[in-house]
Amino acid sequence: MATVGFEQASRRYHGADRPALDRLDLTIGDGEFLVLVGPSGCGKSTSLRMLAGLETVDDGVIRIGARDVTGADPKDRDVAMVFQNFALYPHMTVAQNMGFALKVARVRKADIRDRVLDAARLLHLEACLDRRPKDLSGGERQRVAMGRAIVRRPQVFLMDEPLSNLDAKLRVQTRTQIASLQRQLGTTTVYVTHDQVEAMTMGDRVAVLRDGVLQQCAAPRELYRDPINVFVAGFMGSPAMNLFTLPILNQSVSLGDWMIPIPREIADTAPDVVVGIRPEHLEVDGLGAEIEVEVVEDLGSDAFIYGRLVAGAANTTTADKPIVARVDWRSAPNRGTRVHLRPSPGHIYFFANHPTGIRLR
Amino acid sequence: MSSLTARVIKLSVLRALALYTALIAMAWCALFPILWALSGSLKNQAEITEPVLIPPHPQWANYAEVFQLMPFWRMFLNTVLYAGCVTAGQVFFCSLAGYAFARLRFRGRDVLFLAYLATLMVPLTVTVIPQFILMRTFGWTDTPWSMIVPGLFGSAFGTYLMRQFFRTLPKELEEAAILDGCSPWQVYWRVLLPHTRPAVMVLAVLTWMTVWNDFLWPLLMIQRNSISPLTLGLVHLQGQYASKWPVLMAASMLILLPLVIIYAVAQRAFIRGIALSGFGGR
Repeated sequence: MATVGFEQASRRYHGADRPALDRLDLTIGDGEFLVLVGPSGCGKSTSLRMLAGLETVDDGVIRIGARDVTGADPKDRDVAMVFQNFALYPHMTVAQNMGFALKVARVRKADIRDRVLDAARLLHLEACLDRRPKDLSGGERQRVAMGRAIVRRPQVFLMDEPLSNLDAKLRVQTRTQIASLQRQLGTTTVYVTHDQVEAMTMGDRVAVLRDGVLQQCAAPRELYRDPINVFVAGFMGSPAMNLFTLPILNQSVSLGDWMIPIPREIADTAPDVVVGIRPEHLEVDGLGAEIEVEVVEDLGSDAFIYGRLVAGAANTTTADKPIVARVDWRSAPNRGTRVHLRPSPGHIYFFANHPTGIRLR
Repeated sequence: MSSLTARVIKLSVLRALALYTALIAMAWCALFPILWALSGSLKNQAEITEPVLIPPHPQWANYAEVFQLMPFWRMFLNTVLYAGCVTAGQVFFCSLAGYAFARLRFRGRDVLFLAYLATLMVPLTVTVIPQFILMRTFGWTDTPWSMIVPGLFGSAFGTYLMRQFFRTLPKELEEAAILDGCSPWQVYWRVLLPHTRPAVMVLAVLTWMTVWNDFLWPLLMIQRNSISPLTLGLVHLQGQYASKWPVLMAASMLILLPLVIIYAVAQRAFIRGIALSGFGGR
């Protein structure tokens, strides 16, 4: 186990107009489970591969523990990686796959067998040890890939979207297993995903990346409740936060016919503002912005209504803008009906209408 | 059945008919010389020029005569030795070079590969004299070394074939091996090479066939019967003024037989390798 540190770490690909990773500063604690999340091309896999030694570091430093590993060979970093497609050796059995790194390191055969058996027990793979990867299910392959990493007892686990090849049900099941296994082993883990639900449910902390730049790194709840900018606010949460760019008039903005007061400090600084409201902070009420319901998603415990704002008498700027709200399934309106949605006071976010999209307080 | 459906069926039947006719014609063109040689091997000297495919009185004695006129088994073993050594060398060195060109990153890699590939354009007739001088300098003329060493260390074609195949293997497999502590040699030998069987089969069959059928190089290099390959043996059956054509045909059939067997055994892997290496014309 060890801490991991990125210090101004950058990676530029030949011919690209911007760095794949731009001066990343990030410290991961000993035994911590850190999730790197972001859309495609944000630099999350690049960061992981730089940490593994599979990508060159153009600038900056990467440390594992106190050791500078920036130029070290992958095999000298004491990290184990779980790949998106598992990358199991097809010509080897499960036991051979799991023990391969130890065999290369010339560990005694008896020790290899013991460690493979220990890992197999932990992952319930005892019955599969003599089978080849092609004879395993997706979930078993995933567990073998985990086992291959565990057997090595590395300082750091690196996981590159290890659940993306599994079906939805297995993904939910396996993400719980991975999280609990990591807590059990206490090994520092860096986990890459584009799925924000995985990020929220698995990580001790979540680092959100965009265009190679770290946006925010915080505990999942903090990230959700206190996003630093409009990108983080929009990326974390499913369904995503409702975001409207609205002009400020008389220290307020209007969502349809519903007026939302703007704090003076914000109203005085810009002519318009991005207003963010999470779906669960909109209540169906007699008051509020009028919407026409287009789709109702009944999930059993909750229902999500997707609709469009109706042009108000006083304001037409938000007309036809999409909006989503979470409602009680018992009182979910029907498709095609018109309802009023009222934002909960105290749960409205304001962001600068600027490329940085910085949170305004 | 509607008239439209009937027309569609008729068209597809006609298309299949045209396709199969063309394929049968092409197969016949390829097979006919072999069938003619087989037929010739069972005729007597008088019948050899007659346009009859099935001889009325098959002369099996022609085959026995081959073994009397040339040291067939000696030459057969020589050819197996030469083809085996060259094939093993080609597979090993071409796969090694193919791995390096496909996977290792080094300055000038692609330029070097293109330069190597360009040697394919140099015809054999240009290199045969320098190669002969080289062999004479080493004192290897009329020795088995001259038949083995020149082809042992790979070829541009084989390297290209193996490189193409290595490029189809998932990159993650190699990266996993690197993280597991493998050196480039271990990545090649323990992780990637076991997956190249189809390409190795293609290269092995093609190399074996080339060495087995090679005539010009042994003719230049070898004089002693005891180290001659089978193709040189055929020459001994040809007289300066007259040849025993039926015996010559019988010998040709005997020489051809091992190749047919090898191809039949390796056929599936061979075709798969051709398709996977991008040599299938698709």
